[in-house]
Order: sequence, then C-alpha cells, then structure tokens
Amino acid sequence: MYLSSNKQHSVANILSALGIGIVVALSSVNAFAELGEPEKDELTFGFIKLTDMAPIAIAYENGYFEDEGLYVTIEAQANWKVLLDGVIDGQLDGAHMLAGQPLAATIGYGTKAHIVTPFSMDLNGNGITVSNDIWEQMKEYVPTKNGKPVHPIKADYLKPVVESMADRGEAFKMGMVFPVSTHNYELRYWLAAGNIHPGYYAPHKGDTTGTIDAQALLSVTPPPQMPSTLEAGTIHGYCVGEPWNQQAVFKGIGVPVITDYEIWKNNPEKVFGMTKEFTEKYPNTTARVVKALIRAGKWLDADNNANRPAAVKILAQSNYVGADYEVIANSMTGTFEYQKGDRREVPDFNVFFRYNATYPYYSDAIWYLTQMRRWGQISEPKSDDWYKKVAADVYKPKIYAIAAKELIAEGLLEASEFPDFDTESGFKPEQTEFIDGISYDGSKPNAYLEKFKIGLKQDVL
Amino acid sequence: MSMTTPQSEYSPSRKDLLSQNLRRWIKSFDIKGVVYPLLGIVIFCLLWSLAASRIDTSLGQFPGPSQVYSQALVLVDEHQAERVKETAFYQRQEIRNAKKLAENPDANTKIRQYTGKETFFEQIVTSLKTVLFGFIVASVIAIPAGIACGLSDGVYKAMNPLIQIFKPVSPLAWLPLITMVVSATYISESPFFEKSFLVSAFTVSLCCLWPTLINTAVGVANVDKDLLNVSRVIKLPATTHIRKIILPASVPMIFTGLRLSLATGWMVLIAAEMLSQNPGLGKFVWDEFQNGSSSSLARIMVAVVVIGLLGFALDRLILVLQKTVSWDKLAVLR
Repeated sequence: MYLSSNKQHSVANILSALGIGIVVALSSVNAFAELGEPEKDELTFGFIKLTDMAPIAIAYENGYFEDEGLYVTIEAQANWKVLLDGVIDGQLDGAHMLAGQPLAATIGYGTKAHIVTPFSMDLNGNGITVSNDIWEQMKEYVPTKNGKPVHPIKADYLKPVVESMADRGEAFKMGMVFPVSTHNYELRYWLAAGNIHPGYYAPHKGDTTGTIDAQALLSVTPPPQMPSTLEAGTIHGYCVGEPWNQQAVFKGIGVPVITDYEIWKNNPEKVFGMTKEFTEKYPNTTARVVKALIRAGKWLDADNNANRPAAVKILAQSNYVGADYEVIANSMTGTFEYQKGDRREVPDFNVFFRYNATYPYYSDAIWYLTQMRRWGQISEPKSDDWYKKVAADVYKPKIYAIAAKELIAEGLLEASEFPDFDTESGFKPEQTEFIDGISYDGSKPNAYLEKFKIGLKQDVL
Repeated sequence: MSMTTPQSEYSPSRKDLLSQNLRRWIKSFDIKGVVYPLLGIVIFCLLWSLAASRIDTSLGQFPGPSQVYSQALVLVDEHQAERVKETAFYQRQEIRNAKKLAENPDANTKIRQYTGKETFFEQIVTSLKTVLFGFIVASVIAIPAGIACGLSDGVYKAMNPLIQIFKPVSPLAWLPLITMVVSATYISESPFFEKSFLVSAFTVSLCCLWPTLINTAVGVANVDKDLLNVSRVIKLPATTHIRKIILPASVPMIFTGLRLSLATGWMVLIAAEMLSQNPGLGKFVWDEFQNGSSSSLARIMVAVVVIGLLGFALDRLILVLQKTVSWDKLAVLR
C-alpha cells in the first residue's frame, strides 16, 4: 500500500517535472534565459566586521536578497579562519572573504577545500597604521610640504627606525589579519619596496610563521582587535581594512601612514566566496546571490557616492560593523584622516562598483598567486599555465555574466555598466600604478616575479 | 494593649483597628532587611559613578550608572524596532507568496523564519536555555553516579581518580574538542538543535558534573546510621531503600552540589560563548567589545548587570526547587 502510493507520487513528480521543463523551455524561447527559482532559499552568510562587507548588508537591508526570493541571515565571524571553516563545513553558505582565501584553500595552503568566487566585492579600502611612538621616530625622515607630510609615505622612511631598533636588539613587529590576506601581501609589498625584508614562508619545512630572514616580524591579529593590540604595545603597527585605521586616529593611539590605494591603485580587495559544491548544486541560488550583490554594489557607488551616508548608518548598527558613525564615515564617504586633523580627499578609497570592481578578473587572482609565490607560501616555482589554471578554477566570471545579463534584461542595470562579456578575456591590461613603479601583466606571472629585488623567483628555500 | 483595657468606654473603632494593624505590619517588617541592602546599592552606585568619571579609556569615559541605564533603554528600543521589522518581514513574505500562487497555483510556498539579528533579549533567552539544558544533562548523569559512589566504596575508589583529574580542568579547554566532536557526529538534514547550542550546552555540562557528583556522593555516604539500620531491619528492597531512605536524607547535600554546579555553569557558559562565538550573552559582550563604539562599554556593562541578576535568579530557582522536594520543610536554607 505504502509502496504503491509512493510510486504514484514519483510518477506525479516526473510528470510535473516534465511540465516544468516544458514551461521553462517555452519561456526561454520567447525571451532570454530566465533564471529559475532558487534551489535553496534560506541562506546564512558570514562576514568580518569591516566596512567592505557593505554589499552584503546593503543587499539585505535594501531587500535585494528578498527580491531574488532569498532569505538570508547575516552573521559576524570571530576571525578569518573561523569564517573559512564555516564555509567549508557548510554552516555558512557563503562569506565575505579575503581574495587570497579561496585561492589558498583551493591549492591547499592551509585548509584544503575547493572554494570559488563569482563576485569581487570591492577595490582598495585598507591602510597601514603605525603607533604614535614609531611615527615620532620616522617623522624626521618624511619629506614635508607646507608643514604636512608628503604622501605617499614610503617604507624607506621607516627603515632607519627599524634598523635602530635592531641595533638595540628590539624586534619590529607588525600585525596583519591572515597569512593569505590582502593585507599581508600589501604590507609586505610596501615594506619590501622600502627595502625592509618582511620574511619568507617555507611550508615544505613546516615553517608557516613567515619570518625567515625577516627584518619586520608580521603576525596575525583579527581586524577588530588591531587597535587594542597596538595600544597594548604587542605590535608596532598594522595593516588592516576600515574602520580600524580610522579607529586608531580617533582613539589617538596611532597614525595611518599609507592607504593601499597608494600602494597599488585600484587593487582588488575582498571577494564573495562559496564552495564549488554549493555553486554546482544550487546554480540558480548562486546566480541570484550575485545579482543581489551587484545591485548592492551599484547602489553603494551610485551618483558619486551619494548613498554612502545612508550606508554608513546601516554599517554602524551593532550587528554589522558597529563602530561609531563618524569613524566609519571617514573612509566610506571619500575622505581619510592620516594624522589627527590631516584629513585628505580619497574619493576612491572604497570602490564597490566603478571600474568593473565587482567583476572577478583572472588577472587579480594571478596577482595574489604571484605574491604567495614571492613570499614562499607556494614553495616551488610554477609555470605560467599553472597560474592561469588555478585562476580559472577559482574565479568564475561565467556565473557573474549570467547574473549581469539577467539584470540587464530586467532593466535594472545597463549593459554599458559591465565589461563586454563577449570579448572580455578576464585579464586587465598591464597595470603600472604601483608604489615601486613595477608594472604587472597578469598573463606573465613568472616574468613579473623576476622584477622584484626582494622575493623568491625560481629558487626554493 | 491599652485599647482593650476595661477603662476604655468605647469598643475600638474600625479606624483604630486599621492603624493598629498597620503599625503591627510595619513592626513585623524587617526594616534592616530592606534599608541596608538598598543603602548598599546606593553607596555602590555613588562610588561607581565617582570612579567611572576618573577612568578614561580609548573608547571614552568608563560608563557610570546613568550611561548604563540609558543604554539599557536603547537595548529595549532596539528590541522593539526589530520586532517591527520582523512583522514587516512576514508581511512582505505573505505578499510575495500570494503573488507566486497567483502566477502558479501549484507553487510551493512556505513561511520562513525571520532572518534579522538576535536582540539582547533574545540572546538572554538563548543563554538561559543553553545553561539549563547543559545543567539538566549533567544532573541526570551526576546524581545517579554520585549515589553509586556514595553507596559503594568500590565504585567510589574506581571513580575517584577520574573525578580528581577531570574536576580541575577548565571546561574551556574541552571547548575545541567538543566543537569538533559535535560537528563530526551531529549530522542531520533538519537538526532539532543548533550545533552551536549543543557545543555550549555540553561545555556547561562538563563543568556542572563535578560539584553535583561529589556532593551527592558525600551526602549519600553520610546518611544517618540509624536510618540505614531501620532500612536493614525492615529489609527494604534496594530501590525502595534508595527512594525512601537515601534520597530524602541526602537532599540537602545534593542541592548544595546542584547550586554550585549551576553557578559555575553559568559563569563558564558566558566565557564559552565569547570564545566560540555561539549565540548568547557571551557573544553579545564580545561583539560589543569588537565594535569599539563609544557606547560599547556601557552596553557591555548592561550585560554584566544582567548576567549577575540572572545568576542570582537561577540560584533562587534551585532553592525553591529544594524547598519543594525537601522532606524537612522547616530547614533553614541560605
């Protein structure tokens, strides 16, 4: 009895599936390929308390997720490791991630898991802050104009301070947020450009501290704890996203010396990471998440950042970033305060949509891989093809294109606001605006690595 | 009393009786029991606000009683605002579902749980549920084990080394192990409990186990010899012996253990929630600390006061429970 009713059910299922199939086929004929219902509609996303989680908060608060039929819960995570583990073991369906995290997880540096990203969350947004004490010492080497320091401030001016500390037998310590974080690579890039060796990793020898040959010892501290760790004197400076640099100014405990915009203009920052399994099991859900996030990015940048004050108000809520409105507003509304009172215009400090910020470029992925190789996290030299293959394994512009085309068809965005999907190769043209003047062409990673004075090339530690 | 002396011509009027009763009531009232605690609290608040005004942290001045009170009100407001958002969320869902059904009558619609943030008050409820669940699990294990230890010297000698070794271990040291074990073994498509709930609850259980176990064992071992002899003389079967003699006689000790357990469990839960970011008051405190806004310290202080009040309330709860199960209703309980 039970069996036969079950059988009837399955027959009915097949029939209804056929019916749906026909309906879908018909509708796709009369217009564009319309996205189906989300396969999974109750989702949980993780984030770290940083202003660049904004697209997720905005997509929720402005109802973009709900417009896609998605019911999303957003949860703050303690640190990047907890967040990544959450995505891997399925407690989180997706998360605000460091660009290096999906790449490192996929090639098996740290926790091994195939994480992909169909959406790049923002450009720029980080800064390097040193303690008041270090700033007092390095200030005498910094050139000034009209009584104000000339920016960008290079690590060359920090070098004498580090050397004199070494002479006294003291270690110069800086904090960054995660071994494969943008911040780690940016801080290393800045230090190395000023001839301060940030140290190598040697995972094949079990050394994952990244301090071999180091003149500056870098260690991991979760972003929200950076200011208190600096205040406690455990570190002399740090590289972190906002609002934690501005927090140091407000608390009067440190001075931001440089933003990552000045280290590499319009560098790719966070990505939205999901497991490969998730994107394959739930393709409609994935595309719909990307649609909602694209709309959020567009809203954040619309009309020359006109919506930013409203966005800051949302981010200041205790369940999102939770810092004071003024602290978050500083960077989000296009200004950055270096020394107290030295407030400068940086309209592109946080870019969420302009310059195709949300498109997952292969060349961005390859830049991170080159830095992993440069500092020894990838212990052996790899071929150019290897870099390209990993980038294609992790960055998913195809999913992005499906979402974007859907938005264009719905009339919510213009085709002109996206790269031309028919011709886009995923490689940005050669980029030249780095602090050390070295240019980067994503299609030639090994040639790029040869250009650095400090850093591994074809050698193995 | 003078009113009822024979000299009096009038029988006492209603008014007199009332005032007399009132006076008696006031006299019976333990003035010291009310005024002194109040005085203590007032002095504490004065000292607190004095000290607070002299402490400048990098997040601004340390919050005094008034800032804490105003933040408590803000937390209430936030809770209410969230409820309004919740109603709107369900309404939007109904409209969307209706639209879906209008387009396709066979569409599969359902109402989803609200996805907004947990407010302070919801986190309080989460913490209370967790600690009670953990405490009950521990008690269910510890009381029978304690009775076994108390009754049999052999069992006690076998268990004692384990108890002594595990008792001093901070349950927070167990936390990573519990986290991994729960996420490895507790797998189901639609879990009845959240994993994070179980992790916190089992951590609480681990520390609730020992005080109850030890106190129960001691209580059972020290039951009055006369009672045991009576039991022996009338040849009570083992289960009746435990039910009628052992348990009633050791209730005071068992409850001493339970109170100690619940108090430490509550303390450990807050720490565990902070460490593992599991929902609850501990997470609230940690999140506020991470936010580092100018009102964060006052909000944390609100949580501190609430944690204290709830700890006190939990202790009273066990006392009430003890009064109801204790055979000696006149025993003085503190």
